[in-house]
Amino acid sequence: MADVNRGNRPLSPFMIGPYYKPQMTSMTSIFVRLTGNAMLVAGILIVWWFLAASYGPEYFATADWVLTSWIGDIVLTLSLWALWFHTLGGIRHLIWDTGRGLDLKSAYTMGYIMIGGSFVLTILTLLFI
Amino acid sequence: MAYMTDRKRAVGLGSAKSGTEHFWAMTKSSYALVVLIPLFVFTFGPMLGEPHDAVAAYFARPFPALVAALTIVVSFMHFKSGVQVLIEDYVGGYMRHILIIAMTCISYAAAATGVLALARLAL
Repeated sequence: MADVNRGNRPLSPFMIGPYYKPQMTSMTSIFVRLTGNAMLVAGILIVWWFLAASYGPEYFATADWVLTSWIGDIVLTLSLWALWFHTLGGIRHLIWDTGRGLDLKSAYTMGYIMIGGSFVLTILTLLFI
Repeated sequence: MAYMTDRKRAVGLGSAKSGTEHFWAMTKSSYALVVLIPLFVFTFGPMLGEPHDAVAAYFARPFPALVAALTIVVSFMHFKSGVQVLIEDYVGGYMRHILIIAMTCISYAAAATGVLALARLAL
């Protein structure tokens, strides 16, 4: 009769914050997940832009207007930052997969590179395109 | 006598028999994207905001077209696996199935649309 009281059990509290300190490792990890999934928006916008371009100037005008509007600019700039952060995080995973850098100090170093590097790469990209 | 060897355990993954396909697919797509994404950023990026004739002429050339098409396809396959892991972590029951199927469909639709668009521009 282990299934009798399934509804009334106490739930654990949300741990991150009051009980479990956010750390470089866990925070960069969740942000890699967050950025990766959020980029679906930019991905769909960019595919739409290409589709519109392939069907002629009138359709292209609409898509281009959206992507180069101020909201479009904000979305794409944030997505660019997300892209670099996610890429650096992915490289960190590829390094970890070889068995390297699994100690705490290296993980923290790579975390700082992810955070700083994503902003630097974003600024460099915006300067050069 | 113990018949299990290290190799058999690794290859057959014990009683699970499968399980590294996802990881291997993500590894492959990640290495591909490390190359493709910078190429895409610096081919697509300068073209964003350009007039239609410039865009159409640029992506009619093979290298920009192939970089864009490959990046779109590989990215959406990478996304498909990534979002599946996200859904599996947070959602249960019927919603899990529905969301995974929906995101798979969206991923393939976007990849196909990207290929169509680049083919129309380049051919």
